[in-house]
Amino acid sequence: MIKQLDLQHFEINQLLDAIYFRYGYDFRDYARASLERKILHRVNLSKLQNISEMSQKILHDPSFFNLFLKDMSVTVTEMFRDPYVFKKLEKTVFLQLKTYSRVNIWHVGCATGEEAYSMAILLHENDLLKHTRIYATDYNNHSLDIAKKGIYHQDKIAEYSQNYIHAGGKSKLSDYYTVQDQFVTFNPSLKEHITFANHNLMKDQVFAQMHLILCRNVLIYFNATLQNRVLKLFTESLVHRGFLVLGDKESLEFNNEKESFENIAKKERIYQHKANL
Amino acid sequence: MIGVSAGGLKALTALIPALPKDFPLAIIIVQHRKHETDDYLVPYLNDLSEMSVTAATIGAPLVAGFVYIAPSGYHLLVERDCTFSLSIDTRVNYSIPSIDVLFDSAAICYQEQLIGLILTGANHDGSLGLKNINLYRGLSLVQQPATAEYAAMPLAAIEASQIDHIIPLNDIANFLTTLVMSR
Repeated sequence: MIKQLDLQHFEINQLLDAIYFRYGYDFRDYARASLERKILHRVNLSKLQNISEMSQKILHDPSFFNLFLKDMSVTVTEMFRDPYVFKKLEKTVFLQLKTYSRVNIWHVGCATGEEAYSMAILLHENDLLKHTRIYATDYNNHSLDIAKKGIYHQDKIAEYSQNYIHAGGKSKLSDYYTVQDQFVTFNPSLKEHITFANHNLMKDQVFAQMHLILCRNVLIYFNATLQNRVLKLFTESLVHRGFLVLGDKESLEFNNEKESFENIAKKERIYQHKANL
Repeated sequence: MIGVSAGGLKALTALIPALPKDFPLAIIIVQHRKHETDDYLVPYLNDLSEMSVTAATIGAPLVAGFVYIAPSGYHLLVERDCTFSLSIDTRVNYSIPSIDVLFDSAAICYQEQLIGLILTGANHDGSLGLKNINLYRGLSLVQQPATAEYAAMPLAAIEASQIDHIIPLNDIANFLTTLVMSR
């Protein structure tokens, strides 16, 4: 049994090398346990004999690779997740954003876009949206297509409305969407300020200067090497005194870039880029 | 590794405080519950227990003598280097955290050194995980269903694989202590 596990580990390494060689996606620095679970799940679903067979299929069948990419990308998200974070942003970060004539915000790993729309709503209520550009990126094109449409099933709207209120929303969430056949469509006036685009943290570079970066529950999937790479990317992208928001279990505690940031709201995981030395 | 769902607060209150301060293993608990940022379970159990009860955090190694609780709203996994990681992937058995997810990953890391325990609960999460622990020659334990507030989860685990020991709730602490202190 121990040998079996060593073999599995070896096969996974081969699979990840094959993916990097063939498609340029580098999953070699992903946290392994969750990755292994997803790979084994795919082996079972596609009725493959073992992980090596999966490597063969991935090398020669791009459509199968796309299926794997879809498995790998995390699509779980919600509007105003952890509402207290948005409330804090409004009370602290927004005050500084108001001092700029133009603001850029980056939602990293936006999945199906709920967080970007949440942000647009709060910016609107603070009279900030009109001079803000929100960039929301993900490497999963399928998720991005859903995000661009801004159409979501109605079944979660009651929960989102609660979150909106707890986040300090000033009117009603229903002011921002129209309902048709069990689905809600968010107002085009929000969408106008959001650019949804494909960006891959594993290989792509900085693309604009940002005043605020939200990267929540993305780093949890990466090992220390990839976390360091990504944080370096963020420090390059952020303006002097710009802000970074992480997920509620993430921190910069063990990261190389720790010294470049000041933790201005501990519970909310809001960091501010220190003056460049 | 302990997996517990409905009725868990009472069961954990009976079990964890009954373990001695010098218990020589790390204990990891998945308790199904709603996602809350301010987690009452950790301070509550810590106040009652001789062992130190703490929340499992990303990248932290598992240390003997500590009780780690999976945070709500995340799956908890053990990496091959025996540190914790978290994910917010889709629910498994309608649950996040899921017992199966923790048990499967821990079985790979600890193999025959692992003890898996399923307590009270109203679903069947943990059954497959416990089966995997068996597969890698770990020890499988289940709370005696008659002593469980909700018997479904222990029954499902017993149904799914050959369980090493089925134990009444009030005897589990003593069983574990005798087992690991005499090693």
